[in-house]
Amino acid sequence: MSVSAASSTTRSAIKIETPLHMFWADFCANRIALIALAVVSVLALISVLSPWIAPQNPYDLTQISIFDNMLKPLQRSQEGKLFVLGSDEQGRDMLSAMMYGLKMSLFVAITATTAALCVGVSLGIIAAYFGGRVDAVLMRLVDLQLSFPAILIALILLAVLGKGVDKVIFALMLVQWAYYARTVRGNAMVERRREYIEAAQCLALPRHRIIFRHLLPNCLGPLIVVATVQVAHAISLEATLSFLGVGVPITEPSLGLLISNGYKYILSGKYWVSIYPGLLLLLTIVSINLVGDHLRDLLNPRLKA
Amino acid sequence: MSVLLDVQNLSTHFFTRAGRVPAVNDVSFSIGAGQVLGLVGESGSGKTVTGLSIMGIVDPPGRIVSGSIKLDGQELVGLDEAHWRKIRGNRIAMIFQDPMMTLNPVLRIETQMIETIKAHEAISDDAARQRCREALGNVGIPSPEERLSAYPHQFSGGMRQRVVIAIAMLLRPSLIIADEPTTALDVTIQAQIIAQVQKLAAETGTAIVWVTHDLAVVSGLSDRLAVMYAGRIIEEGATEQVLNFPRHPYTRGLLDSLPINNQRGQPLNQIPGATPSLLALPKGCAFAPRCALRQEDCEQGSIVETFHKEGRRWTCLHPVQDRAR
Amino acid sequence: MLAFILRRLGQSAFLLIAMAVLVFVSIFAIGDPIEVLLPADADQNEREAAIRHLGLDQPLWMQFAHFVWNLLHGDLGKSFVFGSDSLSLILGRLPATLELALVALILAALIGIPLGLIAGLKSQTWIGRLIMTTSIVGFSLPNFWFGIVMILVFAVQLQWLPSGGRGPTDTLFGIEFSLLNPQGWVNLIMPAATLAIYKVSLVIRLAYAGTREALLQDYVRFARAKGLSSSRIIGVHILKNILIPIVTVLGLELGSMIAFAVVTESVFAWPGMGKLLIDSIARLDRPVIVAYLMLVVTLFALINLCVDILYSVLDPRVRLSEGQS
Repeated sequence: MSVSAASSTTRSAIKIETPLHMFWADFCANRIALIALAVVSVLALISVLSPWIAPQNPYDLTQISIFDNMLKPLQRSQEGKLFVLGSDEQGRDMLSAMMYGLKMSLFVAITATTAALCVGVSLGIIAAYFGGRVDAVLMRLVDLQLSFPAILIALILLAVLGKGVDKVIFALMLVQWAYYARTVRGNAMVERRREYIEAAQCLALPRHRIIFRHLLPNCLGPLIVVATVQVAHAISLEATLSFLGVGVPITEPSLGLLISNGYKYILSGKYWVSIYPGLLLLLTIVSINLVGDHLRDLLNPRLKA
Repeated sequence: MSVLLDVQNLSTHFFTRAGRVPAVNDVSFSIGAGQVLGLVGESGSGKTVTGLSIMGIVDPPGRIVSGSIKLDGQELVGLDEAHWRKIRGNRIAMIFQDPMMTLNPVLRIETQMIETIKAHEAISDDAARQRCREALGNVGIPSPEERLSAYPHQFSGGMRQRVVIAIAMLLRPSLIIADEPTTALDVTIQAQIIAQVQKLAAETGTAIVWVTHDLAVVSGLSDRLAVMYAGRIIEEGATEQVLNFPRHPYTRGLLDSLPINNQRGQPLNQIPGATPSLLALPKGCAFAPRCALRQEDCEQGSIVETFHKEGRRWTCLHPVQDRAR
Repeated sequence: MLAFILRRLGQSAFLLIAMAVLVFVSIFAIGDPIEVLLPADADQNEREAAIRHLGLDQPLWMQFAHFVWNLLHGDLGKSFVFGSDSLSLILGRLPATLELALVALILAALIGIPLGLIAGLKSQTWIGRLIMTTSIVGFSLPNFWFGIVMILVFAVQLQWLPSGGRGPTDTLFGIEFSLLNPQGWVNLIMPAATLAIYKVSLVIRLAYAGTREALLQDYVRFARAKGLSSSRIIGVHILKNILIPIVTVLGLELGSMIAFAVVTESVFAWPGMGKLLIDSIARLDRPVIVAYLMLVVTLFALINLCVDILYSVLDPRVRLSEGQS
């Protein structure tokens, strides 16, 4: 008796919670995803705070000494400073370089993804709402772009544009927008035929209001998933481009460039210069992907039952 | 008449994250050889899971938790997979609701037919093919030889269901469980399929459990009728008796809500409320909250006892007294 | 079928022309090759001679007309660096890249399909979860870094495998193959594994999703109801259904493999056309970059065409609708 009464009160308690609360409760049910989310948050915090918490500023020439070069992890410098993860060929502390590198990697990826999201969503929803020739032209463009691997497009583009943080961001945006455009369009095509859009049209609401206040919010779920996965993808792509020598400039290295710098020492067994930045890169990407993967499961109505 | 299938106190529960769902609860019935039993209920009443339990193909998180299923005296519950597999398709066959989904879209009809025979008999391809051709002919498919090498999507819905029936009849089972086999079809096709199954069953002496939500469909088809509600059989008896003199208020409600029992200009009779969640069944009679004849004692005790009288039974303390309209 | 192929060929030709314009215009903007090619102390006369020799003194449209004219003759210009025909330079490196990509593709299918199938069948067990979580790690691994770790472990620490290069090859039909030489296998295994790792994860996820989807389908239930063994249900009914999308995706991924080989070849100093592309970008060797792009676009168009044909052969539903139209 008391058990059934207790369970019925908890059930009614859940019912009055907002959808966001319920979503959060569902999300927390997966321990791995929760840990991954915590890791992502910590990494983001470290990268933002890196100028204050890093042992040294690796790009301030007054703080580094060439005599400290290629120290092994946990070795001390001549001045007695501890290099927890060793140092690189110019005597920079690897831990500090990684923190700054993480900041650069996240900055490039998140900026590019946000830009691509704006461009892709606008074009996708325009294609879906107007249909007809606009839709046909835009979607041909999307098909054309998606039929070529992102790495190849970005590589050639950067070969043309040259190095630079802004150029990398532009290239990453250009290879990403098509994913959002296609996702939004696919969803909006379904949503557009729903009654609430018809109702909004009957009310003679302005077109931009229907599109942005009624249509767009109902297409958000899949977009969140795609955006999460694309941030991870952008981090990986930027690292790859930097490794190939067409990414960020040597003065503002990302994790990918740090790995690239250490690559030439691999054969002599000096592993730390490229293995540690790689581990951090992997941790970042895996955590984001784990979060994205769980979000996808949660937002997939077909797996709900 | 000898008893072919005897189900006693069968319970199949689903162990979900939200809790234990008693989809089939303490269900008992039996069928004689060549008989047709209509198993009637709304969706979610447990009629399909009853069918799947008899086939031994309840998917996890569901499983048979207690009870007995005897086929010709042989106990099926607790049988290992290898033995149960030999019974499926061979002695008991099952037909599903949607013929569009039942056949594998990427395999030829002959592949899907021959594999059925070969799963149970050592037989040459040619002999098996010959039998498949005859089986297709028997269910009224024209030019069976050509149709054998076709793919499912080349058939119409009605024709596909005929193919499914042909597969079910391939090994001359003594029992067929037909799970709403006509629900997804047009009304004219429905009648054809029902007539076809009736004819075949009569010719071969096959017993049928006809699972449906549609009383009108089974009324002309079945010898006996069992009505399910919230995982239990709440009334059972000879079809004619149940239809003419329902004892359980739920059965009465079902009958009253048939359009044919309503008058033009009058609002349709309906049962108020909705089926209860199996996760939170009310105390006493599960139907009580919706029942017009409810009295205080209906909502007490764990379950309502079953009353037997003159070859029929019902699970109701205050049964309907007057005859159906 | 023929009309279908012709239509696709027409589309591919249009794509090629569009790409030719795009490639030319974009490549024209890449730096000034003279700066790279001539020594810093070259005098004005030497510069002008070089510009005239490379045809850089002509107006853009002339260069483009020249480019298209030569393109039609299969002449994509001479490499600034090597001085030889750029197309034959690229074609000479093509077999190494194709071999690498194909071996990686086969690896991905051989490892990914069984793992994904197991994960899908046992999605509620620890083994299923382990496979799927591992696949996310594989999905996330930066390709080049994984290659570096492989070199560190297998070449530097364990010294089992060479750190890079193609190693010895044997010749068949005038083309060199690593696969024909046992020593070649040793050199091939690390680059191929590195290139395959991402696709393994992709195939696992496809096979997993496909299997879970198929398990919910009525045709799997019906197959069980027919009494088929689980090996037959998994090996024929499920596998055939999930193979269609996997084969299609894998075919399409061959193009992305060839593109991603750029990274793998750079890490392992594999003498394929990807390595040549990176070197050419660094040296601003415009004709080689153009030749690479044109070849890759052609390859992609060819691959897409083959996959479309393969898909229509595999899936009976597509086969029929094409035949009717």
